[in-house]
Amino acid sequence: MTSLVADTRSVFSREMSLILRDPFSLIFSIVQPLVFLALFGPLLAGSVDPAVLGGASPLQWFVPGVIVMICLFGTSTAGANLLFEISLGSYERVLASPIRRSSILIGRSLKELAPLVVQASLITLVAIPFGFTLYPVHALAGALLLGVFGIGMGAFSNALAIASRKREWMFWAVQQSLLFPLLILSGMMLPLEAGPRWMQIASRFNPLTYIVDAERALFSGTFADRSVPLAILAALITCAVGLWIGVRQVARSTT
Amino acid sequence: MIHTRQLTRHFVSKKETIEAVRGIDIDVDPGELVAFLGPNGAGKSTTLRMLTTLLPLTSGSAVVAGADVVDDPAGVRSRIGYVGQNNGAGHSFRVRDELVFQGRFYGMNSTDAAARADELLASLDLVPLVKRRVSTLSGGQRRRLDLALGLMHRPPLLFLDEPSTGMDPQNRANLWDHILRLRAEHGTTLVLTTHYLDEADAQAERVLIIDHGTIIADNTAGNLKAELAGDHIMVTIDPSDVQTARAILAESGRDVREAPSRLGVALTARIEQGQQALPRLLHRLDAAGVLVSAADVSVPTLDDVFLSLTGRSLREDVEVAA
Repeated sequence: MTSLVADTRSVFSREMSLILRDPFSLIFSIVQPLVFLALFGPLLAGSVDPAVLGGASPLQWFVPGVIVMICLFGTSTAGANLLFEISLGSYERVLASPIRRSSILIGRSLKELAPLVVQASLITLVAIPFGFTLYPVHALAGALLLGVFGIGMGAFSNALAIASRKREWMFWAVQQSLLFPLLILSGMMLPLEAGPRWMQIASRFNPLTYIVDAERALFSGTFADRSVPLAILAALITCAVGLWIGVRQVARSTT
Repeated sequence: MIHTRQLTRHFVSKKETIEAVRGIDIDVDPGELVAFLGPNGAGKSTTLRMLTTLLPLTSGSAVVAGADVVDDPAGVRSRIGYVGQNNGAGHSFRVRDELVFQGRFYGMNSTDAAARADELLASLDLVPLVKRRVSTLSGGQRRRLDLALGLMHRPPLLFLDEPSTGMDPQNRANLWDHILRLRAEHGTTLVLTTHYLDEADAQAERVLIIDHGTIIADNTAGNLKAELAGDHIMVTIDPSDVQTARAILAESGRDVREAPSRLGVALTARIEQGQQALPRLLHRLDAAGVLVSAADVSVPTLDDVFLSLTGRSLREDVEVAA
């Protein structure tokens, strides 16, 4: 009998072969966040009161936001690949094998997170000459936090893909209409402090807000922020609920 | 190898319950080659999907390769191979990679999986394609790869769902050469579904005819046809002679039916040893003054078996669905 780790590694390796056999695809995904950082960063620095950003370099505030954003984009679209495999039949073949259902979801999410490690490292390094200070241990903790959250998001995305397997447009409709409210109401791109009161209240109900806040705290070199334990809780809940719903969907996915 | 009791599956669609499979009992011994034959929607694939744990049972029980599909689905999965209706190999992946990953999904280590993949690639004539992306393969190549995927972990029991649908005759024959050779070498038990009469007739040692979710016949193709007792005879005559001709046909044959034809009326009947009977019959019709404009004799097919069991032709169903 294989273990959860071995099963997950098998699924992950298969998914990763897509990137490793075609590394060119990775180049584009690396360049994209850099472009975003280069074009959006200066605009933000120019239009927001530095006091709102805590007085430090705007990059200190903006880089963790971009990293959370690429994590969210990457994992929330994970289901699109699954949808493709469902429509062809290869997913059914995988289901007929004894591989653990949870491993299918975790392995697939991890594949979306793997390029993120490369992307995040690159953005961070590129930002250093422009006044960004890197706290490596804190950044690593931030990456782990995002990893846990990302597995959950990926599982949600795959569950959505399975739920919309008979109407593929539904996947993108739901994904897009949830993605942007989540993204904006987390203060990821623009500080919510500058926004109206109702947005600030709404953001408190968004698990992503806690993740973003904690990433900012970590990237500015502190563990002692109340957002950190809240974010760990939010990430664990997202991961657990995502996998629970995901595994239930997998079990139903061939009916 | 397979034992089911009252295997049942219902689907609920728009508040309407569809009884796709209605209490099927199947027993398959090790080494058998069994075909589920039936029109589209008869319940063949639904049955197969329950046996392969892909679909939960509504009620009943099934033990497959020694494991219960409800209590131990992982046990069933590890002991069976499954080649589904669609492409098992992922289109974006490379041919050899897919085989190696498939081996790992069944708990093989990378070395064993690689060795087994190379063995199958060689025996299924896929060696020149190892580095190709699956999406660039032809239909026949892809189907051979699907077969290789199903055989990676050397399962004692292999399920094939419509293995040759959409393939040209040459590729079908080629696929079957491979299937039968691998079976001869390893004694694999094979269970397949098909709506191709000739496929079931030529390849299967045992045919289970499924219609409306129940098994309506279970025997060798030869026995099923022999049970019909008699060949199929057809004479085309002028409409004014129908009465006389029917009487003559009924003397030596049975199941006399008539149908309009371009040349008049076509009368059909079942007659023992049709090839010897036809000249005598024509002579008697001639003596009675019936002008025969066309005559034909054919040995029974599984379609005739299906027709006599259900009153419908399997061929028509296939045409409608295609």
